[in-house]
Amino acid sequence: MKRIGLLGWLLVAVLSMGAAADPSERLADPVLEARAKALFPQIRCMVCQNESIDDSQADLAADLRKIVREEVAAGRSDTEVRTYLVQRYGEYVMLKPAFSLTNGALWVTPFAIVFLGLIGFFLRKSGSPDQAQEAALTPEEQALLTKLQASEAE
Amino acid sequence: MIVEIGAFCLILSLILSAAQVGLSVIGRIRRSAVFYGAGEGAAGAAFLMVMIAFAALMYAFVTSDFSVANVAANSHSAKPMLYKIAGVWGSHEGSMLLWCLALTGFGAIVALMARGLPAAMKAVVVASQGSLGVLFLAYTVFASNPFVRLLQPPVEGRSLNPLLQDPALAFHPPFLYGGYVGFSIVFSFAVAALVEGRVDAAWARWVRPWSLAAWSLLTVGITLGAFWAYYELGWGGWWFWDPVENASFMPWLIGTALLHSAVVTEKRGALPGWTVFLALGAFTFSMLGAFLVRSGVLTSVHAFAVDPKRGILLLTILGIAAGTGFGLFAWRAPKLAPGGLFAPISREGALVINNLVLSAATVTVLLGTLYPLIKEALTGQSLSVGTPYFNLTFAPLMGLAFLVLPVGPLLSWKRGDGLGALQRLWAAAGVAVAIALTVLWVQKPTHVAAAVGMGLGVWLIVGVFVEIAERIHLGRASPAEVRRRLGGLPRGAWGMSLAHAGLGVFALGACFETAWKIEAAQALSLNQSITVGAYQVQLSDVVAANGANYIAERGLVTVTKNGKPVCDAKPERRFYPANSQTTSEVALCLEGLDDVYLVMGERRAGTEGQPAWLVRAYWNPLARLIFLGPLLMALGGAVSLSDRRLRFAAPRRAAEAGAVAVPAE
Repeated sequence: MKRIGLLGWLLVAVLSMGAAADPSERLADPVLEARAKALFPQIRCMVCQNESIDDSQADLAADLRKIVREEVAAGRSDTEVRTYLVQRYGEYVMLKPAFSLTNGALWVTPFAIVFLGLIGFFLRKSGSPDQAQEAALTPEEQALLTKLQASEAE
Repeated sequence: MIVEIGAFCLILSLILSAAQVGLSVIGRIRRSAVFYGAGEGAAGAAFLMVMIAFAALMYAFVTSDFSVANVAANSHSAKPMLYKIAGVWGSHEGSMLLWCLALTGFGAIVALMARGLPAAMKAVVVASQGSLGVLFLAYTVFASNPFVRLLQPPVEGRSLNPLLQDPALAFHPPFLYGGYVGFSIVFSFAVAALVEGRVDAAWARWVRPWSLAAWSLLTVGITLGAFWAYYELGWGGWWFWDPVENASFMPWLIGTALLHSAVVTEKRGALPGWTVFLALGAFTFSMLGAFLVRSGVLTSVHAFAVDPKRGILLLTILGIAAGTGFGLFAWRAPKLAPGGLFAPISREGALVINNLVLSAATVTVLLGTLYPLIKEALTGQSLSVGTPYFNLTFAPLMGLAFLVLPVGPLLSWKRGDGLGALQRLWAAAGVAVAIALTVLWVQKPTHVAAAVGMGLGVWLIVGVFVEIAERIHLGRASPAEVRRRLGGLPRGAWGMSLAHAGLGVFALGACFETAWKIEAAQALSLNQSITVGAYQVQLSDVVAANGANYIAERGLVTVTKNGKPVCDAKPERRFYPANSQTTSEVALCLEGLDDVYLVMGERRAGTEGQPAWLVRAYWNPLARLIFLGPLLMALGGAVSLSDRRLRFAAPRRAAEAGAVAVPAE
């Protein structure tokens, strides 16, 4: 449902034209630039509605990109850059929630449902008396079945 | 005057919906054909009234009657006619009217055209649909009335957001709402099943066409929205896991699960409670979406102008409708007769796994959407849940579903031969693994997840062919027999094959595009060029190109590959004075299934005093598959819907012919 009210868009639309590719911001070293670029989609533009700094042209996003590039250029590892940003701006800045205890429900639930569901499904079924209920066909049933199969094959 | 008629008819439709509920309920209690008929008549009349109201609002938009607050806020006299009309549903108020139009329209179709339904059950369906109508019409009349006049009409309207002035988006809401609200009928059928205490093959057969129709419409709606986001936002992306997108995706996922579980209930009488639960769930998620989008509880790139008061009202409606539905479920479902038994390895078993994964996927999307709210309320800490989360949770779940999918149709009902099915799929598995390895080896940089995704896509597509080959006994029977069987395949089977293949096509496109798209950007003066992938993009000229309600700079861009011309593209950067808003009009060069995607940026000072324009170019390989796949799925839904067995009157005929008429698969 990509329907938009005026408010949201007035803020966003002017600013939202894929800013990260702006050549004037790039780092000279292509390896470092690639690392910085890989980090951008994980970082939120916090004044925007719901965009990463890779997408946004807001001033804050440009500032954050600058910080990330500086940190990368200064030889920090990806993890160090992330830690730095989280220390400075809080957990909100990362689009990928941390694997922490308070986020346990978030990360575990999807897989827990499938896992427990599958266990429940197979246990219930193997314990069910469906073998017993499926007595062999009586001769009459067998005759009817043969007849039906014959009529279907026609 | 016409606007007042519209307002009047809207109120009338509310009263008629209330009458529809009352008459149908009395009819059900007294088992009176007169009251049944009266309730059905009221349903038809309510639809007629909303239709008049809708036409009146459209008239106000077309004639640019700015004394109507909604028109003044969302239209402009200089806007092209298509967007004046699309403006009707471009605002909160108008879109709720569209919602009501669909709600009463579907109700009227069931009331007036579904003739084979048992009278008592039909009365409950009509009453339930009427109750939903009362809720939403009351909301529209009292809290979101599109016909409110302004005491001092402005000379000119504030115009529709320019980003919405786009053909794909003009048709996006009608499809989307058709899908959302189509599930309301399924909801009402579920309520009727619970009230009547009867969930059987006939009931499932009634539910299936409606869920198919709603699902297909929703699929088209979401695809149009994604395509719009792709070329209108100018970021090169098509899905952002944005709360508003998630809001439309959750009913789709539940609807997909419902389609599959309804098959089990129809063919085998199994899982009746679960199918009813999903039938209630699909519309509940539709209503949840309506609430999320309009209440402002979530920050989103594309939310409606938000109003907390309306949000609370919508939440109340959601609470009443879903609460009643699920309350009824808790009370009555235990009394439903349990269905047929089946072994874990069977068609039913595969469909149960499908449902399990789809439910988990829905919960994942719901959790990802609402977790920031929950956590902030509980701990006061705010966090973000974005694309990386969904890539790590939703994508693996889908991978599991994809893995199981081709096996399911090859298993027989009740107890299947799992090993046999896998043996028949060895070719599909071989091709899939080969493709995944080739992609992994050829495409640099290496993306393992994307290669696996592509392998799964191929697995689905080849699996579909294997399944058809099995059905027609290809290679086992004589050519004449194969032809006969091919001609005899029911449309439902073709529909399923199309939908499954479409999913595979989508997976191919989505994985490849996401992993290997290439992006380049540079400030170009005239006749300078940049390289993106194998393509050279040259800015030949920039001209003024003004439209009815905007002024624009249009770049004339020549795209070549190895010196050979590929296409001339005309991306634009538009300025809409009515909204003082700038948008980019992306130019797409279709190259096979790939897109060369060009965006015109702002003017900058170039070298040597020459002006320059920021031109961004993307090479989006296989991008068209992303939109083609879902359209194939929707087409599959439509083909399946045209199956004679599923026509709205079909169950009656089947019932008349007796139980033997159930066709063999």
